[in-house]
Amino acid sequence: MASRTEGGLTTPVRATGVRRAFGPAVVLDGADLHIAPGEVVALLGGSGSGKSTLLRALAGLDAEAGGDIRVTRSQAVVFQEHRLLPWKRVDGNVALGLSGPGVRERVAAALTEVGLGDRGRAWPAELSGGQSQRVAFARALVREPELLLLDEPFGALDALTRLKMQELFGRLHERHRFAALLVTHDVDEALLLADRVLVLDGGRIAQELDVRLDRPRAPDDPGFAPLRRQLLDRLGVPLARRA
Amino acid sequence: MTTLAEKPVEAPEAAAAAPAARARTRRRWQRAVSPVALLALWEAGARAGVIPEEKLPAPSLVLQTGWRLAGDGTLGEHLADSLTRAGIGLLIGGVLALALGAVAGLLRLGDDLVDPPVQMARMLPHLALLPLLIIWVGIGEELKITLVALGVFFPLYFNVYAGIRDIDERLVEAARTCGLNPWQRLRHVVLPGALPALFLGLRLAIGAAWLSLVVGEQVNADRGIGFLMMEAREFSQTDVVVLGLFVYALLGLLSDVLLRIVERRTLTWRRGLKAA
Repeated sequence: MASRTEGGLTTPVRATGVRRAFGPAVVLDGADLHIAPGEVVALLGGSGSGKSTLLRALAGLDAEAGGDIRVTRSQAVVFQEHRLLPWKRVDGNVALGLSGPGVRERVAAALTEVGLGDRGRAWPAELSGGQSQRVAFARALVREPELLLLDEPFGALDALTRLKMQELFGRLHERHRFAALLVTHDVDEALLLADRVLVLDGGRIAQELDVRLDRPRAPDDPGFAPLRRQLLDRLGVPLARRA
Repeated sequence: MTTLAEKPVEAPEAAAAAPAARARTRRRWQRAVSPVALLALWEAGARAGVIPEEKLPAPSLVLQTGWRLAGDGTLGEHLADSLTRAGIGLLIGGVLALALGAVAGLLRLGDDLVDPPVQMARMLPHLALLPLLIIWVGIGEELKITLVALGVFFPLYFNVYAGIRDIDERLVEAARTCGLNPWQRLRHVVLPGALPALFLGLRLAIGAAWLSLVVGEQVNADRGIGFLMMEAREFSQTDVVVLGLFVYALLGLLSDVLLRIVERRTLTWRRGLKAA
């Protein structure tokens, strides 16, 4: 069983030897993961490598995961799908689970931050995919988490919206300095947003790469291409297919 | 915000809306033509003597009878009796269905214990239980109410159960990550998520309630719409028999319309989905 500790940790994530098997298939085989306060860590890996499984274990959504998992209680999750409740208006969705004075103001502020200050009374069904995902970000950020867990949060968006959302994520992180685990299959996205990139393979962290590029970053920065090549190599993608 | 890359779900086409609405109105009128024609034919046939009055009186005569019986209070009295039976039966069957459906839908143990016998009992047409029910509870009020409660129970139970079961597990999970405890998840996710199915179940249940009432009231009733009809049959008052049918039909129609209005008010969020 995973052991979990409440807030007050200096390290938002300190997980050692995380294991998870689905029947005979061992997906996580002793993965270690530490995340420092304010650090953005991208988790790369082929499909089925256990990226999302690791995230779900950290989020406390997987009771079957084993190992020593210590995660701050102050956390929020953004999933690949927005997962907004269709029967609550946008502001109701953001306010979900909040209590105490000033909730209305906090919700309004969070929605304004993601550029949807005027859509609080809309129903989720009236929003586009990108807007819905921004509401999901507002719902996570309004809790002012120390740790943000993101499970391919831009994966379901079209290319242009994805670029805008990555830019938004950068801005939000600049302002709130939360620690983040970004699960993604997009090498460029990992290099654009993360301080450190991990590659999950064979149920363990197979590679770790510090990204020391100045922000804001762009894929045509010098220094970007070698890192990308290195990661793609590790992920088993032939060189010729990428520029 | 720019919306260059974001496709709004709704694409309002105001220009196309007006002719579409006009076409809809025209169709609605078109659909009224044949019922009105049938009614006119019935009236004309009865007046011309083609349809014998003792078999089927003219609709105008039925209306006159209705007016007379409503005027002297007979109709209202019997209607109140029928409504009371339906109401009590609906309440008993409804509460049982809600409770058992929730237990079976929410708890694994409840599912294992409650659902199998209910699934088995569903195979029995509940109206076929009438002889057995007469032996058990007699031929009094209990019989009518039991019959209504049974008719209400099954459609409501199955829809509550399915409504809870069909809730997107991912939404429940998201609510968990927002810090909602099980009780709050029930209130904010499960209940509203199951509500559309609950309304569907309620509509079917009310339909079944009227049907059960019709059958129940033919057994040794001394009041109620069913009694009114049975008594009229003995005196060959065909107009009162047809009037009873009209009242039953009207009750079904009214309850359905009422429920639809409540449903539309409660499930406002679904309007956005339908418009898309």
